[in-house]
Amino acid sequence: MTDVNLIEHHFSTKNSECIFDVRLNPFRVELRSSRRELLRLVSCGFFTSSMLWTTGCAIRNSAITSIRINGSDTMVNLAQGWAERYHRVEPMVEIQVLGAGSGVGIADLADGKCDLATSSRPMKEKEFHAVVEKTKCKPVGYIVGYDAMAMYVHPGNPVKSLSLEQLAEIYGDRPQLTKWSQLTVPNCKVPPKHDEIIPIARQNSSGTYSYFHDTVIGKKRDYRLGTVDANGSKDVVAIVSHTPSAIGYSGMGYKTDAVDWLSLSVKTGGPAFSPTLENARSGKYPITRPLIIYSRGTANIDSPEGKFLHWIYSNEGQELVTQLGYVPVEQQELIQHAFA
Amino acid sequence: MFSSTPREKRRRKIERIAAVTCFLFTMLLVVPVLAILTYLVVRAWPALSLDFILENPQNLMQSGGIWAPLVGTFCLVWLTLAISAPIGILAGIYLNEYARDNWFTRVVSLAVVNLAGVPSIVHALFGFGAFVLTLGMGKSLLAASCTMSVMTLPVIITSTREALAAVPISFRMACWNMGATRWQTIRTIVLPNSMSGILTGVILQISRTAGETAPILFTGVVFYAPVAESGFASILPYSVDQPFMAMSMHLFTLMTQVRGVSEEMQYATAVALVGLILLISGGAIGLRTWLRNHRRW
Amino acid sequence: MRLPESDIQPPRSARKRWAMDLGESSIEMLIRLCGWSSILFVLMIFFFVFREAFPLIGNSEFSFKEFFTSINWRPTSEIRETYGVLAMIVGTLSVTGLSMLFAVPLGLGAAVFLSEFCTGHVKETLKIVIELLAAIPSVVWGFIGYMVVGPLVVEWTDAAIGVNLLTSSILLALMSVPVIVSVGEDSLKAVPDSFREASVALGANRWETIYKVLFPAAKNGLLAAVLLGVGRAIGETMAVLMATGHSTRIPHSLVDPIRTLTATIASEMGEVSRGSTHYQVLFLIGVLLFAMTFLVNLIADLVVRGIRKNG
Repeated sequence: MTDVNLIEHHFSTKNSECIFDVRLNPFRVELRSSRRELLRLVSCGFFTSSMLWTTGCAIRNSAITSIRINGSDTMVNLAQGWAERYHRVEPMVEIQVLGAGSGVGIADLADGKCDLATSSRPMKEKEFHAVVEKTKCKPVGYIVGYDAMAMYVHPGNPVKSLSLEQLAEIYGDRPQLTKWSQLTVPNCKVPPKHDEIIPIARQNSSGTYSYFHDTVIGKKRDYRLGTVDANGSKDVVAIVSHTPSAIGYSGMGYKTDAVDWLSLSVKTGGPAFSPTLENARSGKYPITRPLIIYSRGTANIDSPEGKFLHWIYSNEGQELVTQLGYVPVEQQELIQHAFA
Repeated sequence: MFSSTPREKRRRKIERIAAVTCFLFTMLLVVPVLAILTYLVVRAWPALSLDFILENPQNLMQSGGIWAPLVGTFCLVWLTLAISAPIGILAGIYLNEYARDNWFTRVVSLAVVNLAGVPSIVHALFGFGAFVLTLGMGKSLLAASCTMSVMTLPVIITSTREALAAVPISFRMACWNMGATRWQTIRTIVLPNSMSGILTGVILQISRTAGETAPILFTGVVFYAPVAESGFASILPYSVDQPFMAMSMHLFTLMTQVRGVSEEMQYATAVALVGLILLISGGAIGLRTWLRNHRRW
Repeated sequence: MRLPESDIQPPRSARKRWAMDLGESSIEMLIRLCGWSSILFVLMIFFFVFREAFPLIGNSEFSFKEFFTSINWRPTSEIRETYGVLAMIVGTLSVTGLSMLFAVPLGLGAAVFLSEFCTGHVKETLKIVIELLAAIPSVVWGFIGYMVVGPLVVEWTDAAIGVNLLTSSILLALMSVPVIVSVGEDSLKAVPDSFREASVALGANRWETIYKVLFPAAKNGLLAAVLLGVGRAIGETMAVLMATGHSTRIPHSLVDPIRTLTATIASEMGEVSRGSTHYQVLFLIGVLLFAMTFLVNLIADLVVRGIRKNG
């Protein structure tokens, strides 16, 4: 089909009003009309369904309350589990969960981008004042459980216990302990490939990262460079389970069969405790931390957030804490800030 | 009489070596990837079922399926397309039908090329700065779709342009000679004839949108957003001002955050994502091949 | 030789009807606006990313010298916050370089094979397979690296950890190869057949034709293919986030974990408070990435334009 044919048809036609109509061309008539139909169908279908969607959402939205939770990655499974179960209790409340990190949750709380912030560490003074300044009300932290921060190693690792001092030498700036052979019991040969300690840490605004820094490494010392920074609490455990020479910290709830816990003592040579429920509850385990949910001001019991928080302290809510391997709390506790 | 000299033999040998090397290189690309994909499917097999696709994540995301993230990805792709397809197609029409060959057009095409080359994470920063913060959309489906639209735009423009350029110039000339204006020509001759090419480009683009993670990371995707089990709300659960779940992010969180999820589930999610994308792009490629074979000019 | 189609313009419409003219001109305006939008978007991306990073000029906590020359990346330190990205620049460059070491021979070899050594159904099938390769999303590549390639690397080399430079390079190579193959094949195809015929007529065999005639003739296109692959590798985020180990250090061996610029933004951006120095520095990294890929793409574009002019 060439332009010549088309032009011929143009001149042969009698009806000059129809010169724009391409269907004049007898050879292409079938295909063209079907394609034009396609064009129309596609565009019409597209816009109709878009409109339907928008209206559908608008109708639905009016009936449903949503609560946004952002914050700690350690607590993300906990929050998700609560969201899932609470949805069964209160079908008209939808809870959206994001586990971007404790720091973000608190920042989002200040900016009004989330309603509740989960945190695996108490607020810093700077953050507290930011929330007060931006929202004009004091953040209130509800302790919803406790977590013993566990040190994970590969099951083949002969080291079974460490002290906090040794951990600080592994993770701190200018580390003194960089090889497993410096630690291991005599008569235990470490293959050279797996001799170097690979410290697994977390990305730097995770609550776990800063809690570990404050309690183990100490405020006077930075993290060493060259830690492998995992993207999530579970990621730490997954990397450790694949890597014989790695050591990593994460919540006690992330234990699997493919990794081992280390027993920790405060001083080298002192009594060491493993991160079990009993040790965490009794406070014998040296690095136990509260799991906190922050709200803007004291949550009103009638508001959706207040009801949700109240439900968390119920048997059903606390059952989940136990199920995920954390330490449940008996009654409602608030976190006390020294600077508040 | 025709026996080859040692030099000839050497030349022929080199040729054969080169051909075999090139063949091996190609196979080195294709075979391991096919092997890895097969491995993924084999590992995922125990978890794969129709229920896996149709069920929401359940029991702390350790069991159940991928319906919620799948639907979220669908919403994201749909909205992205609603924004970027019209702009992209019109821009393609501009570049192929209207723009003259001058410096300005060159700048525009350079901009398209560079837009295509901007790393996805920079798009994410842009989306965060422009849509989430400045335009005040917050973390939402709309913000994520806008970000994604800017990202998909150059590819839609380029493929539209190619599809339009494939329509012979004689078709246009004939139409112009009949007195049709430029837009009439485009509407009645150029677009219907290149429709399928454009569609192919757009569909291929859909498949990429479905798999992207970085641009939606800060602009709208969340770890968990509940989806109703049944009814209308289970098909279109997310409204445009709400955060959503997406397949790519779901895979990422299953790997790094969700406690106690079996490896089969992770493999199955990866396979479902790859399967979805290969299905869409395979369809587009099939459409393109069919059209090439049935072209009438 | 392709006609410069865009320069052929329709004759002025003979039929003037104001309604039609109005419709026509408004739709034309819309089309033009959409056409110009891509420039607008590029400028907007630059503007928004730059705007957030701009306050760093004059910020006393931050020095550009430290940014480029220090490996100390300690944005949350309580002693002194330091923002040195040297380790990440080295990480990005090393992973890009190593992946290109794999991808360029493979990609160009495959392009030559596709364009010169095979025909018919085999060629079509292989092309489709490679195109589908390009459709596999980066998060799945990351997953593959983490679950499949990493353990293999640990087994076969003396790597102590599966997420490292080598693993991520292999992934990036596989991800950037489709671009290299398709652009490379296009540029080989663009060499006129008369070149091949002349070469064969002179007694050259196929390889000699490729090596001595096609490569020089298509060198710009091949170079552009490689550059586009480099651009893709530099900008890749999710796969490197999951498979590099994300460790701030200068790599000393092929199997050291590293950290890249893109992964740093992805892992920390969601988690910083808005307006802090850390936040601004992350946007500065974005500017740096934008500039790097812009440069690579610009060069690639100029090189491709070179072919069009010559060919």
